[in-house]
Amino acid sequence: MSVPYLSKALGSLTSNTLKLLAGLGLILAVACGSEAPPAPASAPQGSAAPAAAAVESAPAAEESDTIKVGILHSLSGTMSISETAVHDAELLAIDEINAAGGVMGKQLEVVIEDGASDWPTFAEKARKLLQEDQVAVVFGGWTSASRKAMLPVFEANDGLLFYPVQYEGLETSPNIFYTGATTNQQIVPAVEYLLNEGKTKFYLLGSDYVFPRTSNLIINKQLEAAGLEAVGEEYTPLGHTEYSTVISKIRAADPDIVFNTLNGDSNVAFFKQLRDAGISAEDLPTISVSVAEEEITGIGADNITDHLVAWNYFQTTDTPENAKFVQAFQAKYGENRVTDDPIEAGYFGVYLWKAAVEKAGSTDVAAVKEAAKGITFAAPGGMVTIHNENQHVSKTVRIGKVRNDGQIDEIWNSGAPVSPDPYLDSYEWASGLRELAQ
Amino acid sequence: MISRLSLPNAVKGLPLPSWLGDVASVWLAPILVLAALVAAPLLLSDFRVALLGKFLTFAILAMSLNLIWGYAGMLSLGHGVFFGLGGYAMAMFLKLESAGGKLPDFMFWSGLTELPFFWAPFQYAWIAIPMTFVVPAALAGGLGYLVFRSRITGVYFALITQALALIVSILFIGQQPYTGGTNGITNYTTIFGFAINSPTTQIVLYYATLATLALTYLLCAWLIASRFGRLLVAMRDDENRVRFSGYNPAALKTIVFALSAGIAGVAGALFTPQVGIISPTMMGIVPSIEIAIWVAVGGRGVLLGAIVGAILVNGAKSGLSESFPAIWQYFLGLLFIGAVLVFPSGIMGLLRGEGWRRPEWLAADRLPGFAARVLPGVKR
Repeated sequence: MSVPYLSKALGSLTSNTLKLLAGLGLILAVACGSEAPPAPASAPQGSAAPAAAAVESAPAAEESDTIKVGILHSLSGTMSISETAVHDAELLAIDEINAAGGVMGKQLEVVIEDGASDWPTFAEKARKLLQEDQVAVVFGGWTSASRKAMLPVFEANDGLLFYPVQYEGLETSPNIFYTGATTNQQIVPAVEYLLNEGKTKFYLLGSDYVFPRTSNLIINKQLEAAGLEAVGEEYTPLGHTEYSTVISKIRAADPDIVFNTLNGDSNVAFFKQLRDAGISAEDLPTISVSVAEEEITGIGADNITDHLVAWNYFQTTDTPENAKFVQAFQAKYGENRVTDDPIEAGYFGVYLWKAAVEKAGSTDVAAVKEAAKGITFAAPGGMVTIHNENQHVSKTVRIGKVRNDGQIDEIWNSGAPVSPDPYLDSYEWASGLRELAQ
Repeated sequence: MISRLSLPNAVKGLPLPSWLGDVASVWLAPILVLAALVAAPLLLSDFRVALLGKFLTFAILAMSLNLIWGYAGMLSLGHGVFFGLGGYAMAMFLKLESAGGKLPDFMFWSGLTELPFFWAPFQYAWIAIPMTFVVPAALAGGLGYLVFRSRITGVYFALITQALALIVSILFIGQQPYTGGTNGITNYTTIFGFAINSPTTQIVLYYATLATLALTYLLCAWLIASRFGRLLVAMRDDENRVRFSGYNPAALKTIVFALSAGIAGVAGALFTPQVGIISPTMMGIVPSIEIAIWVAVGGRGVLLGAIVGAILVNGAKSGLSESFPAIWQYFLGLLFIGAVLVFPSGIMGLLRGEGWRRPEWLAADRLPGFAARVLPGVKR
C-alpha cells in the first residue's frame, strides 16, 4: 500500500536530502519496531505454537494455507497470574485443532501479544493484531478495563474478539463474543439461590471498579424487588490488603451472607484475616464470584474451606468432555495445574469460533458472525450455545462449596443452560437498565 | 548546552562563513530528525504511524522533564501525573462529545444521575483544550511554590513528586463516578465531528503532535539560550550563589516546574485521542520513573536527547514485546542497565563524542595485556 506513496515521495526529493533520509531511516525503523531484533526463530515461544515474531507481511490471508489468530492476554504485570492460564488453555485448544487437521484444512498460526496488565497497551496490541497481522480472530482480555480499552479498536477495525471472563453485563458489542457469564448467569441466580435458602441480610463487599459496582447496583435492585435492603455495602481499592476494619464493620452489621466481589490479591488478605479473626464459614458464610480454583491456590484452601462460590464450571464438573479436558491440560502444563471457569471459557471459545468459521466457509467477520448464531458445542462444563442476537453463550449456572483440598463441590445447578440476558430484559425489577446503559 | 554535533572534517575544511558552521552544528541534528519524522507517514503503515504518533507525545513529555531535570537539576518522579491530567482533560471533552448529551457510561454504572458540575465546562473545546495546560501547570505551580519556598531540593523533591504520583493515581482509581476509576475513560468515537479512528484523522493528529513537538523544542531552545535558561543551569550547579546574586530561586523553580508540567499536560492531551484511552495506570509511579529513563537513555541536559530517548526506548519496548511476548521485559532491563553503566551521558553523549565508560570490571589492570590494548580507552 505504501509503495506508490514511496516512489512519489522519493521522486520529488533531491538526492542530497535522500542521503540524509536514508541515514535517519534506520533510526526510524528501529524506533517503530519494524526492524525486528535478530533471531526470532529461536525465540522461546512456550509450547509448539509457531513463532509469533513480528511479521511485516503482505495481507495474503486468503491465499495462504494457514489462518492467523491472535492471543492477547497479560503475560506480565499483576494480571499475568490469572491470564497466563487462560492463554495456556487457548493454546491447548489451538494445538488440538491443528493436530486434528486445522480449520477448513488450514493450520492455525498463532500471534501472541502481551497486554502487560496495562489498558492502553491492550488497545495498542489489539490494533497491531488487526492492522499489521490481520488476524482472523483474537482471543483475549480478562479485566473489564482491558475489554473496554479494546472495544473501540475492534469496532473501528471490524475485528472479532472472544472474551472469556464473567463480567458485569450491560454491553453487546457487535465485534465481541462473550464466552464468560453475564450477570443473569452468575450473580442474579446466586442471589436467587441465597434468597431461597432463607438469607435476608446481605452484606456487599467489593473492589472499587466497574464489575463490583455494577454487580452491586443489580443486586440492590434485586433485593429491593424482594422487599429487602443490603445491610452494608463496602468498596476497597484494587490491591487493598488490610481488612480488619472491614471485618469489624461486617461483624457489627451481622449479615446472613457476605456477597464478595473482591478481585485479585485482596481475596487472599480478606479470607486469611477472616480466619485469623476466628470467623468460620459457619459463623459468617460468604459467596464469591471472582474466586475460582486458580485463586483458591493463592488464598490457601484452608482459609476458604466451606465458603461458597458461583460459576458455570468447576474442575470437578462431571462430564466426559471435562475428564478429557482436565487430563489434556495437565498433561501439557503439569500435574499440579488446576482448571477453572475462565480457563474453560477460553478453551471452548476457540472451538466455537472454529465451528462458526467452518459453517460460514470463510473467516470473514460478517460471515462468521452470521454463522455463529445458534452454534452449539459440548464444552467441558456442559452444552454451550451462542445466542442469536447478543453474542453471549447460554451456560449452566453452578454454585459450589470449597473443599479443604482446594477443589469445589457443586451443591446446586440450574439444571439446564441459562440463556444470556446482558441487559436483564427478562427481569421486571431490572427495567430501565437497558435505557440507562445505552 | 544545545546539542552540538562535531561536523565531519570535510565540511570543516570548506570555505564557509563561520556563522554557518555554528548554525549547522546546532540545528543540523534537530532538522534531520524533524525531516525524518515528517517523512515517516509516507513510509510506514497506518498502525506504525499511530504508534509513532504516540511515541511523539512521549517525546514531548520527556522534553518537559528534561527541561527541569537536565537543566534545572530537579528530578520529578511525578511527571506522569501532569501528563495524565492533560490526558484526562482531553478525554472529558471527547467523552462528552461522544456521549452526545447523555451521561457518560461509567457515571451511570457508579450510580450518578446527572453530570457533575466540574465536568460541564469540558464539553466546550475552547475550555477543555486550554485546561490541558492550565490544570497541570496550576497543580505544579502550587506544589512547587510550597516545596521550593521551604528550600526542599534534590532527592527530597524527587520523593515528594513520587508521592504525588501515588496519591493522584489512588485518588483517580477511587473516584470512579467522576474519573472512570481503574478503567479510565475510553470509547470515544469522534473528535470535532471526525471519526477518531479513521486513518486520515490519525495522520492529522500525528502532524499536530509533530508540530507541537517542534514548537516545544523551539520554546525550550529559546528559554535555555536566554538569561532565564542560564539561571536554571546556575541554580542546578550552585543554588546558594544564585540566591546571593539577588535572584529568587524559589520563584524561578516554581515557574519552570509549572511550565514543564503544562507541557507534559499538552503531551497527554495529544496522547488520549491517538491511543483511545487514558487510565490511572499512566499516572502511577512506574510510568513516571520510565519517563526519567527515557531522558537518561537519550541524554540528560540535551534537548534532542529526550526526543531520541523517548522514541528509541518506546520503539524497543513495542518491537521487543511483539517479538518476544513472554520475556521482552528482560531485554528492556538489560538495555537500561547498559545505558546507565556504560553510556552515562546517553545516546546524545555518545554521538557528541563523549564516548563510553568502561565498566570497572573491565578495567585495564584486570585484563590480560592484549585485551586491555584492544578495548577502546576510557574517556570519562
